[in-house]
Amino acid sequence: MRASLFIVFFFSAGIFCGYYSLLPSAMNDSALSIYALNLLLFLVGIGIGSNNTAWDMIKKNNAGILLVPLSVIVGTLLGAALLSFWLTGITLRDSLAVVSGFGYYSLSSIIITRLEGEALGVLALLSNIFREISTLLLTPLLVKYFGHLAPIASGGATSMDTTLPVIIRFTGKEYGIISIFSGIVLTLVAPFLITFILA
Amino acid sequence: MAGILAGFFLRGKSKIIIIADRVTTGAICLLLFLIGLSVGGNEIIINSFAKIGAQALVLTAGSVSGSVMISYFVYVYVFGRRSK
Repeated sequence: MRASLFIVFFFSAGIFCGYYSLLPSAMNDSALSIYALNLLLFLVGIGIGSNNTAWDMIKKNNAGILLVPLSVIVGTLLGAALLSFWLTGITLRDSLAVVSGFGYYSLSSIIITRLEGEALGVLALLSNIFREISTLLLTPLLVKYFGHLAPIASGGATSMDTTLPVIIRFTGKEYGIISIFSGIVLTLVAPFLITFILA
Repeated sequence: MAGILAGFFLRGKSKIIIIADRVTTGAICLLLFLIGLSVGGNEIIINSFAKIGAQALVLTAGSVSGSVMISYFVYVYVFGRRSK
């Protein structure tokens, strides 16, 4: 939660500086963000590659556990596709790209900004932050009415880090492992799926 | 992908990993600051911020409820559990 507030703060500070033109316009050059993005992708890769739990779980190759991130992907895309017909001013393709962040707002909003521009990037940032926040708030209810996998599904990619403590608190340690696994798979899938949808 | 490979070989070296983790947080903050910067300078986005927020909320509702539904089926039929 603290990390997301931090991110919102930096984002708002950026909006503020941009709105009042506080910084020289050279800062607005997108070449800078491309370098920063490449660095970020490399670092995210190091984080995933160095995660021992992930490799152990992939080695065990449990079929049931693979269904969890798979059901999150299918459910997310289906749910968003259905609701996107209500929305005006946004295409199905753009909606699917936004929700394919699975709550991984930092990376998804940056990639989408690169590929489609700031308007959709902001939508991705907000939508994915909402996903994390609603998981943090709704987990007790989700567990009560939809079972132990529900908060893991709702958390999406965040179920491996930011929402993990609250998920473990309400479901137990054994679901913590499923949660980490599902989060890692979705974190890996998100950048590829976004790029694929917007290609 | 190069990062995943590098991370795989760096598995034991926790100090490097911790540093990489910190730099990642810094890089994320920097990038979002830069995105915010161009958003703030873009009047069209500033003027439609409420609309974008509402769209974001609807998409979140769709993706959360969709994935919770499907996971409920997996929970009941694959994991063989029922909610109390």
